[in-house]
Amino acid sequence: MTTAPTVHPPAAPDPGEESAAGTLARWHRTGGLVAPVITALLAFLVGGLVVLATGSNPIDVYKGIWNGAGLEWFYDVGSNQVGLPFSDATVWFPWDTSSASAENLQQTLILWTTLVLTGLAVAFAFRCGLFNIGGQGQYFVGAYFAIWVGSSFAGMNSALHITLAVVVAALAGAAWAGIAGILKATTGAHEVISTIMLNWIAYYTGLYLFGQGGPLQNDLQPFSPTSNEVVDGARLPVFWGDPLLQGLHMGMFLAFAALVAFWIIINRTTLGYEVRAVGFSPDAARYGGISVARNYFLAMAISGVFAGMAGAVDMLGWRFSIGFSDIQSSSIGFVGIAVALLGRNTALGVGLAALVFAALGNGTAARNIPPEVFDIPEQAGNLSLTIQALVLLFIGADIVILYLWAKTGQKIGVGRRSPL
Amino acid sequence: MSESPVVLEMKGITKQFPGVLANDDVDFDLRHGEVHALLGENGAGKSTLMSVLYGLYHQDEGEIVVHGERVRMDSPKDAIGRGIGMVHQHFMLIPVMTVAENIVLAEEPTRAGVFLDLAAARRSVEETARRFNFAIDPEARIENISVGQQQRVEILKALYRKADILILDEPTAVLTPQEAKELFAILRGLVADGMSIIFISHKLNEVLEIADRITVLRRGKKIETLPAAGATEAGLASLMVGREVLLRVEKGPAQPGEPLLEVDELGVLDDRELPAVRGVTFQVRSGEIVGIAGVDGNGQTELVEALTGLRGVESGRFSVAGRDVTHAGTHRILDAGLGHIPEDRHRRGLVLDFTLAENIALHDFDRAPNSRFGWLRPGRLVARARELLAEFDVRGGGPETLAKSLSGGNQQKVVVAREVGNDPKVLVAAQPTRGLDVGAIEFVHRRLVEERDQGRAVLLVSLELEEVLSLSDRILVMYEGELVAEFGPEVTEEECGIAMLGGGQEEASAA
Repeated sequence: MTTAPTVHPPAAPDPGEESAAGTLARWHRTGGLVAPVITALLAFLVGGLVVLATGSNPIDVYKGIWNGAGLEWFYDVGSNQVGLPFSDATVWFPWDTSSASAENLQQTLILWTTLVLTGLAVAFAFRCGLFNIGGQGQYFVGAYFAIWVGSSFAGMNSALHITLAVVVAALAGAAWAGIAGILKATTGAHEVISTIMLNWIAYYTGLYLFGQGGPLQNDLQPFSPTSNEVVDGARLPVFWGDPLLQGLHMGMFLAFAALVAFWIIINRTTLGYEVRAVGFSPDAARYGGISVARNYFLAMAISGVFAGMAGAVDMLGWRFSIGFSDIQSSSIGFVGIAVALLGRNTALGVGLAALVFAALGNGTAARNIPPEVFDIPEQAGNLSLTIQALVLLFIGADIVILYLWAKTGQKIGVGRRSPL
Repeated sequence: MSESPVVLEMKGITKQFPGVLANDDVDFDLRHGEVHALLGENGAGKSTLMSVLYGLYHQDEGEIVVHGERVRMDSPKDAIGRGIGMVHQHFMLIPVMTVAENIVLAEEPTRAGVFLDLAAARRSVEETARRFNFAIDPEARIENISVGQQQRVEILKALYRKADILILDEPTAVLTPQEAKELFAILRGLVADGMSIIFISHKLNEVLEIADRITVLRRGKKIETLPAAGATEAGLASLMVGREVLLRVEKGPAQPGEPLLEVDELGVLDDRELPAVRGVTFQVRSGEIVGIAGVDGNGQTELVEALTGLRGVESGRFSVAGRDVTHAGTHRILDAGLGHIPEDRHRRGLVLDFTLAENIALHDFDRAPNSRFGWLRPGRLVARARELLAEFDVRGGGPETLAKSLSGGNQQKVVVAREVGNDPKVLVAAQPTRGLDVGAIEFVHRRLVEERDQGRAVLLVSLELEEVLSLSDRILVMYEGELVAEFGPEVTEEECGIAMLGGGQEEASAA
């Protein structure tokens, strides 16, 4: 598993500069993939011990989560027909697209869509050296604007309406995050503090707007503290499953597109180059003629675009309204932090980490866990939180693991003289 | 010199660190009343060997014999107990305490076992100072005395603890030439008194001046021990590096053309908003190297930062190739044709987590052919890096290697490659050889002269007076934020050194 030992005889003229560089590069490459996997496995292992301590069988529990997340769908292969989206034609397909596990998988992917976007919101800022704790607030602001646009303009062309709502939500998220970016760029105000404050502002603004008697409270139900419903034309089309049973909506493709866009911006544009340079070394970036302040602002604003879109796809894809209690119970922006950390702030990593957290979140939903596994259904949700927390804990630890690994690797890599 | 008795012997010392064999079967001995220099490049294993002797590390193999007795050094306390004292490169003094308090630290004289007897401390420090003929005030606070005096306090500390073997780790690195001369006089006095001194250095001239014998280390191995009498700088350099080295920079006379960097009454503030550069005026013309000499902290850093847009200009103006760029910011200053080799390559010169290709594009990633309409073209970056890395002989990695995995010398070559590769009109080199070994220094020096000969205006700012003197066609001396003297290339170190301490008679603000 560790790097091949390169043994230098003590008389080697040069203590292996080339191989040291090679080892380091290899360490970075493998560490980038291996460490998060180990992190996640460790978290699930310790989570299993917790389950064991509560008197349940961890294997049953994890099997229950796996199935509850709909992941069993993939190996339930048979001969089935599938309807092509937006038509009546059907073609042969190895999987049954309308089984119960298919419905579970749709829910997992709906959650994945949002987590990818909130995860990218944290990851992008991170690449610029900023810790965006404000994904939650930016998500809220995006959701509010999506609701407002989506519940207004009834009768507008559907594609236009959806586009308008998503774009407005993205810009709103960008503006909200941009406030923290401008504060950081001009006064040096720490983004952790300012984004947390902005989270609360967004939170209470939402409670006011959609709460009892608020300006955007439901027109038809004056006693229900919730928003107006998104009109039909502004709802994201469902392409898999029953639209009435919360099928999988087209927002998933937006999440895919966001992952690709993230990768391209970071790796293939001058903007991404600047963001990474500032993230690695603000001093060197400034020396190279790059405006650090400008990049702080842009990185936050782009982060806000992702989070704002997360709010939009949730509102336009399956929630269709936002209520007092929705705002109070939402934490999807914070889960985005865990997604970004586990995904090591790369596009591929965020995509995979979002899948882990989406499956975990959906698989532990009380309705998905068979009653014989847990006596008390709430335990399942608690397990989900426990594992999330463990992942975060071990992400901190994986730096230690990598460090120890590197140290022992180096020891192996060095030829000790025989004591004789 | 007659064969004095050997007071210290290290036999077959081997010390292994992860990835590096720092000392490989090194033999070393020290005779009574001699100065024995330990010479080698950075990373040759000098400091490791002395740390083993001083008990900071324990050797994997080999033995240490002090005064004929085989000893084991587990801590500096053991070493001190055997009469070994060490003066580190970075002084271990407490700034707010007095000289006497620092010297008696950890061995304070007490009254009735518990009460500090400061009067006794002062007396015994005075006595030690008198015995070894040191001019120092025991009551002075460390923070109020000069670096040279602080070093003397460190030496006194060792003497107070009855050391008869003294290790000095690169003692002249922090001193002006005058202070170094005074140190040498002190060392000669100590040796005459029967002390034995180990003098660690990588500077050839001072080793030849002070040492009786010289041991050369290279890559952890002892290469040779030879008497200083009869040794030459060139001979020592090739022993250190393992090949022939050009010590003196070979260069023809300068052929200055039109002024490319014009600085007019420039004033710059430091981080505490106090004036650091006070109305400095000078020009650098195409085809000449202008060196700025000065003791650290006299405004050189702020001057360079202002010229490169990293620090705001308070008053005055400057222009690059005829364009006024006083308040233009880094990006436009670089565009105007300025290249900058920064004094801290780790903090500024390189993005350590970037690849070499990305680092080389640091100024021009946003211009064709590296990018077009905001789209980066990594293939172009790599191709360009491959060319420059070959031209500048960067070893230890290719375009896709991370900058942090290169050695210091190769990292600096990458910086030089980028700055010169952009074909600047003005090249500002701040401490371009700091921390580099002889081979890499030779490379950088040769390259600076080549760039001069290609018609660039080179501004060299360095704390190494020797470097300034050997490279520059004109030398400006900076003292307390002002240019206090200008010299031609024939100036001696002494003249220049006096001006660096503010003793210049000619108040020349150079043309």
